[in-house]
Amino acid sequence: MTELNSKIPKGQLAEKWTNYKAHTNLVNPANKRRLDVIVVGTGLAGASAAASLAELGFKVKNFCYQDSPRRAHSIAAQGGINAAKNYQNDGDSVYRLFYDTIKGGDYRAREANVYRLAEVSNAIIDQCVAQGVPFAREYGGLLDNRSFGGAQVSRTFYARGQTGQQLLLGAYSALSRQVKKGNVELYTRHEMLDVVLVEGRARGIIVRDMVTGAIERYAAHAVVLATGGYGNVFFLSTNAMGSNATAIWKAFKRGAFFGNPSFTQIHPTCIPVHGDFQSKLTLMSESLRNDGRIWVPKNKEDAEKIRQGKLQPTQIKEEDRDYYLERRYPAFGNLVPRDVASRAAKERCDAGYGVGDTGLAVYLDFSDAINRLGKNVIEARYGNLFQMYEKIVDENPYETPMMIYPAVHYTMGGLWVDYELMTTIPGLYAIGEANFSDHGANRLGASALMQGLADGYFVLPYTIQNYLSDQIRVPKFSTDLPEFKQTEEEAADRLRKLMEVKGKQTVDSFHKRLGHIMWEYVGMGRNEAGLKKAIVEIAKLREEFWKDVKITGGMNEINPELEKAGRVADFLELGELMARDALIRNESCGGHFREEYQTPEGEALRDDQNLMYVAAWEFTGDNTEPRLNKEALDYEFVEVKQRNYK
Amino acid sequence: MDLTLKIWRQKNATSKGKFVTYKVNGISPNSSFLEMMDILNESLVVKGEDPVAFDHDCREGICGACSMYINGRPHGPDKAITTCQLHMRRFKDGDTIVIEPWRARPFPVLKDLIVDRTAFDKIIQAGGYISVNTGGIPDANAIPIPRANAELSMDAAACIGCGACVAACKNASAMLFVSAKVSQFALLPQGKPEAAERVQAMVAEMDRLGFGNCTNTGACEAECPKEISISNIARMNREFLSAKIGSQIPKEQAGGGA
Repeated sequence: MTELNSKIPKGQLAEKWTNYKAHTNLVNPANKRRLDVIVVGTGLAGASAAASLAELGFKVKNFCYQDSPRRAHSIAAQGGINAAKNYQNDGDSVYRLFYDTIKGGDYRAREANVYRLAEVSNAIIDQCVAQGVPFAREYGGLLDNRSFGGAQVSRTFYARGQTGQQLLLGAYSALSRQVKKGNVELYTRHEMLDVVLVEGRARGIIVRDMVTGAIERYAAHAVVLATGGYGNVFFLSTNAMGSNATAIWKAFKRGAFFGNPSFTQIHPTCIPVHGDFQSKLTLMSESLRNDGRIWVPKNKEDAEKIRQGKLQPTQIKEEDRDYYLERRYPAFGNLVPRDVASRAAKERCDAGYGVGDTGLAVYLDFSDAINRLGKNVIEARYGNLFQMYEKIVDENPYETPMMIYPAVHYTMGGLWVDYELMTTIPGLYAIGEANFSDHGANRLGASALMQGLADGYFVLPYTIQNYLSDQIRVPKFSTDLPEFKQTEEEAADRLRKLMEVKGKQTVDSFHKRLGHIMWEYVGMGRNEAGLKKAIVEIAKLREEFWKDVKITGGMNEINPELEKAGRVADFLELGELMARDALIRNESCGGHFREEYQTPEGEALRDDQNLMYVAAWEFTGDNTEPRLNKEALDYEFVEVKQRNYK
Repeated sequence: MDLTLKIWRQKNATSKGKFVTYKVNGISPNSSFLEMMDILNESLVVKGEDPVAFDHDCREGICGACSMYINGRPHGPDKAITTCQLHMRRFKDGDTIVIEPWRARPFPVLKDLIVDRTAFDKIIQAGGYISVNTGGIPDANAIPIPRANAELSMDAAACIGCGACVAACKNASAMLFVSAKVSQFALLPQGKPEAAERVQAMVAEMDRLGFGNCTNTGACEAECPKEISISNIARMNREFLSAKIGSQIPKEQAGGGA
């Protein structure tokens, strides 16, 4: 087993980051412009990192598969961003945000990382306001906050239901400013195919120009992956259609360890699945749970009549409704963390109380809030979400309760990184959702935006200098090195191989089948037999894919089928690793629920004695099993408890 | 539902395009427009034909990637939505639907329904930002902002950069897009210091890229999926005029120090 060095600075929790910054090596301005950094991805993490590094004077190359950096999927985040400002005077603090995040993550995250995240959270809000992000404000002109799933304080800043959009456009504007200044070279419609290692260090990437099909090489002194999460391994998720794992998966196969791959967040408030042709799931912001009450019928017969369309939800009397979250968790009620809310919905539906055509839906009801606050208040708070719901479902949520069901939304797992956000490959960094670091086994609402921007604006620009300060004597790399040539050939060969299969089944049909296996056996509820089955089934499907996939068009043109095929080929490998990871984690924690390990009340049962570690998987070859490395989690400052939201 | 689709097919930026007719059958009224396109493409792939290329990503109306000109209207017949939010229940069984890419000189067609909208990025790069570096920023509540201004700023900031305004305009004008960004910043105290330079730089870049002028037909506002108001154009014109009259742009000063 490899010794994993997480490089956590010594000292008291609250002093670690300050001490680190005080003692880390920096690069002087004259040397910065001689150092190249590649950033892959232009979401919150990627755009903020690229802009901040360029402002410091580094020469940055920034890549994205979309036609513009502004379209990265961070744009779709709705609810908000957390920060420990305590503007509401309700008892918030850096420590409390840290503590809530550690607890919400079910004690499977690193204390030092999470504390740093809480510590820099305030500077993010300052930064965004200075960039012109139009956050919601009170009548006095100061910033407004709301409380968000799982939090007892109001620490969430928001811009209507479009917070991700506004934060991303802020980072995009900072990036655009650096593009104009010539400090960032932007490569849109370019997809990363592989990372290039020279003498064991990350020195560049291979990309495909998605318009011409040309395979190109780019060199740099360091490579930063900010390519987001891998929820699309489930086919149906709230991720964008193009969101993929290729960059981090290729890094894994080149030697970067993969941390906690099975930790997936299933978001409780999504619009239920309605048909086989469905291409993606739509999230309804969790902020809806602040005013909506979740229920199913108390009687199975009522639920059945509703499913058959013989009864309307508004006809069910108050006493015949089961507000199951309020019943089970009186202290937090409808605001329990996402994993708890999702599992509770699944439990009710599995028990036969689900509603909608499929029985896989529960109600989110605003009638109480409308009676209490008035329709106009609810409209001001959630108008755009209600409109979105009505467009999709064709029902008016002001008049009849919304239907919701959990869907795959976020992956806490990702490339293993140390305190400096560097992977196990020297010079290769992973930031934002692409790394595993801060959310443990479950992420709190409004914390993804916080982490993406913390990594990009305030953490990486410091930590990467500790590495680059050592690289100032290394001249600019030539892409003529044999390592570049070889990696490029391997990437091109793989695409050629895909094209040459010339089978009968479409890429999407394979993706759907993989998604079905993942949802069934590696989804919300997992067990040993199911996971073992998934490993076998995925391997079989992968074999079939490489024998029978059908891709039309050519390599040297815009070819969405080829793009999808490359991504699905990687998902077919990653899915298996997720199942393996879930299988060795003989406990339930956060979003990872193993049916064998639960309390008599059906709550997650952790095994802190044996499993309080980060599972960091190491690639050993295409035909050998990956090796498990463990980074023990040391809780020095927080007392580890069973999560309790009752 | 059974439908006839007339779709613009064009192999690449240099080749000539043409309409090709397809039939799709058994489409559920609950499927989205893009899901209907997925079904068509799936059937084309099975037949070994090249599927129709189109831009799309988030499929929830916020990324701004999707860009179809449906029956003569950007994003189709409904108000205030993107193509990905359009549902088939909006059409009738037996309908013929004509699908084209955005048509505007600054947005050249790359393939089928995909156009190149890099011009929008270039306009933002010309000045669509507030010049602050990361870090060293005063507290977020140091400057109160009247709520009404923050809300108006947000209305403008809601733009998703899809380009429907340009596609809808007979002059291929980008005034709504540019004015939305100019307004977002002009309404905030943080945006004031550079307001004059910003509006001039962005307008100059817009002209340079070949977007046309505004002749107040209002098509942009009517077709905008985010209902960005045409009053932003009036605000931009005011900003532009006062910038022209009032301001002198200083040259960058050399740094001091001993």
